Amino acid sequence: MVSRNEKHTDVVIVGFGWVGAIMARELTQAGLNVVALERGPRRDTWPEGAYPSSIDELTHNTRHALFLQPSQSTVTVRHRDSDVAAPYRQLAAFLPGTGVGGAGLHWSGCHWRISPVELRLRSHYEERYGKDFIPQDMTIQDWGVSYEELEPHFAFAESVFGTSGQAYKVNGKIVGDGNPFDADRSTPFPLPAMKNTYSAELYSKAAAECGYHPFRIPSANASQAYTNPYGCQMGACTFCGFCSGYACYNYSKASPNVNILPALERESRFELRVECDVLKVETDSSGKKATGVIYRTSKGEEVRQTADIVILASFAYNNPYLLLLSGIGQPYDPKTGEGTVGRNFVYQNESGVTLFFGQDKFTNPFIGAGGNGVAIDDFNADNFDHGPLGFVGGAPIWVNQAGSKPISSATVPKGTPQWGAHWKKAVKDSFQHTISIHAHGTNMAFRDCYLSLDPTYSDTAGRPLLRITFNWHDNDVKMIRYVTDRMADIGRAMKPESMSVETKEFGEEFDLRHYQTTHIAGGAIMGTSPKDSVVNRYLQHWDVSNLFVIGSSAFPQGIGYNPTGIVAALAYWSAKAIRERYLKSPGPMVQA
Amino acid sequence: MSVRSRNGGAVVCGRRAMLQGTALGLVVAALFHFPSEGVSEAADREYAYRPVFFSDDEWQTLNSFVDRLIPADVEGPGALEAHVPEFIDRQMNTPYGHGSEWYLRPPLMKTSAALGYQFLFTPRDIYKQGLPALHSAIMQRYGKPFHQLDAGERDRIIGQMEKGSLTLSPVPSKLLFGQILKNCKEGYFADPIHGGNYEMGAWKMIGFPGARADFTDWVDRYGARYPLSPVSVGVHGVQGGV
Ligand SMILES: Cc1cc2nc3c(=O)[nH]c(=O)nc-3n(C[C@H](O)[C@H](O)[C@H](O)COP(=O)(O)OP(=O)(O)OC[C@H]3O[C@@H](n4cnc5c(N)ncnc54)[C@H](O)[C@@H]3O)c2cc1C
Ligand code: SF4
Repeated sequence: MVSRNEKHTDVVIVGFGWVGAIMARELTQAGLNVVALERGPRRDTWPEGAYPSSIDELTHNTRHALFLQPSQSTVTVRHRDSDVAAPYRQLAAFLPGTGVGGAGLHWSGCHWRISPVELRLRSHYEERYGKDFIPQDMTIQDWGVSYEELEPHFAFAESVFGTSGQAYKVNGKIVGDGNPFDADRSTPFPLPAMKNTYSAELYSKAAAECGYHPFRIPSANASQAYTNPYGCQMGACTFCGFCSGYACYNYSKASPNVNILPALERESRFELRVECDVLKVETDSSGKKATGVIYRTSKGEEVRQTADIVILASFAYNNPYLLLLSGIGQPYDPKTGEGTVGRNFVYQNESGVTLFFGQDKFTNPFIGAGGNGVAIDDFNADNFDHGPLGFVGGAPIWVNQAGSKPISSATVPKGTPQWGAHWKKAVKDSFQHTISIHAHGTNMAFRDCYLSLDPTYSDTAGRPLLRITFNWHDNDVKMIRYVTDRMADIGRAMKPESMSVETKEFGEEFDLRHYQTTHIAGGAIMGTSPKDSVVNRYLQHWDVSNLFVIGSSAFPQGIGYNPTGIVAALAYWSAKAIRERYLKSPGPMVQA
Repeated sequence: MSVRSRNGGAVVCGRRAMLQGTALGLVVAALFHFPSEGVSEAADREYAYRPVFFSDDEWQTLNSFVDRLIPADVEGPGALEAHVPEFIDRQMNTPYGHGSEWYLRPPLMKTSAALGYQFLFTPRDIYKQGLPALHSAIMQRYGKPFHQLDAGERDRIIGQMEKGSLTLSPVPSKLLFGQILKNCKEGYFADPIHGGNYEMGAWKMIGFPGARADFTDWVDRYGARYPLSPVSVGVHGVQGGV
């Protein structure tokens, strides 16, 4: 029961992570009054990132201090339609963010663009390999936006994040030893690339020896002190190693809190309300116009916030979840293939190789930064001939040494017992002498992988949980096995004493028990037609034109890179469309 | 050696208590000092910790269990020297111990193991219902409690629990094993502020510098051993030499 109405505002934003912060900044700049509602608490460098208390693995990584605990809300998961879903009761495979800054406060910082080919994946594969190449049940499609359209927004986002990297090509001119597979850029990176760790240096040499094209990963960990266009300042990263899953103590990792909020806080048109959990988006009787949202405060009070524009910025699956809870759009039905909300849910398809060196070679894996490292793109996107291989997709392969801590990363060679004297000796012998390489692969969209509401389980607010129906498909297993073999070749060229390989087996079920990534996408995808997408190319809802749904939820299928670079670019792209077109003439910006 | 009260009182052990502990059925929670070179003569300092959550019987079982998961040897401290039981006892009185993190609403579904934890137990429940069940099962089979079994017998039982082939109810043996192993490694490697990793002994053993958190000057010293000893975020931070 709604007990109170808040004063009407121009824009209400649901969630205050990267997307929420970008949209708030862009729309207050356009003269609009903006209220952002964040379900979690207020958070910032102090106290969450304060030294030394943030340098505590148990509290942060093991006990998940900054993440959304399943006890508050979670999802259910099943592998196929005929199974009953069970709740994701303990955090493991992925770690949803909460609180001011969202997952942007404790992400790692690998800050990518995208391969232009991936934005028109279906068309590209059909053109190059023929229509029959794409399996029947693979529901991949084009995004409806091109790299050229997004390029200025990638460039601006990098200037806001203070991204460190080495460009390959700027305005058609080769400028340095960046990624030769990169599309053209209008600007170099705002900061020079970070130093390489020893592991990255060894990997870089071995990859080049194997004939590949290593380059330094663009990272939103600052290689030097930096001031961004909003006047927000960063300090140089110290490679502290407590990065992924931690707030940075050093103002070195880009976050909404460090890179945008200080500017927004000076803005009288902006209000951030924390511990406001949005329950649903309301629409008028026509169902074509959003009137605002209802949220629940930490005291259990239900409040209505009306607004002219509603922006969902609640992260990946939370966006389609809110649509399902609000009854906006037609839920996807995998049997008929009809409906769009929840369709094309995807994840990241990973594998890894761990190299163990002798006692005299110190790789110092505790040194690191979340976005630091060296990658090759020779097997990402369509940078290699898929014709004879018979699968869609690929993976960048990298050494991304984010900093090993012993509870989570006391890695031992495969076959070592998990306890006892042998385990202990193996940990002692391995800890300072390992290097990990990862393939960070694509996950294609399939007809039977989707989101819906769970019929059985609910959360503390009484909402039915979101249900994920998801499993690996042969295409993706084929891809990751192929890429893993290439990765193992590079690993061997690094001449370790021994090597453990983790890959996927055909028929293997999606396993929630170990961390993979929090790169989750789809469910409210963008596209060119309301028949197979939820939002148009401007991230505007096809039916409810004053509703914008922004985040990785818009990806029609998985991408090779980490998602935040393109998420941020899409947010700026959508904000520009709202500022320059929608505000002048509210209504659909694309005719269905 | 001194072993005091067992009726919920503090248990104080010295090095010999540790060495004789299993044979004598004494509670073992000994303290050693391990500089990075390896084992030195034990500093025969006394260590008193009074468990808050565990009963005496549970405490004995837990101690003799983690003693086998991470045994003391020349490589570095064992779980007992690292004060792992104290860590676990303290964790049980945090929100985590009470299950504050986990989604514990019914019903339970029979599902693929790949979907992860599917029980309604909190960590405290797992110990409080698991350890007594283990105790009874062992009494029945051996006629004496777990902590009086020799190391080989304990290892065999732990191995069966790891596979789930020992039947325990209501907490399955595999679940109890997994919980103890997880908490044991946490206590071994976590910052000493949480009660384990005594004197950062585990960090010194593996060469982890703890909360130093600034490697600007070492990131490109390729292949060179990091020279500084670990520091803790808490009061133990000053201990340990290079
Ligand atoms: C450990 C970790 C490492 C990562 N590393 C990388 C990396 O290296 N590179 C990369 O590209 N990406 C990385 N990511 C992913 C990255 O964090 C996300 O892509 C990014 O934060 C997405 O931004 P967002 O604004 O869409 O969502 P978020 O940053 O998650 O923000 C969404 C916000 O919405 C709030 N919210 C949700 N539902 C509601 C509701 N109903 N009412 C009110 N508020 C709500 C949430 O609490 C949250 O604060 C990482 C993620 C994690 C967890
Ligand atoms: S590694 Fe660098 S960016 Fe990451 S938390 Fe540490 S200082 Fe910050």
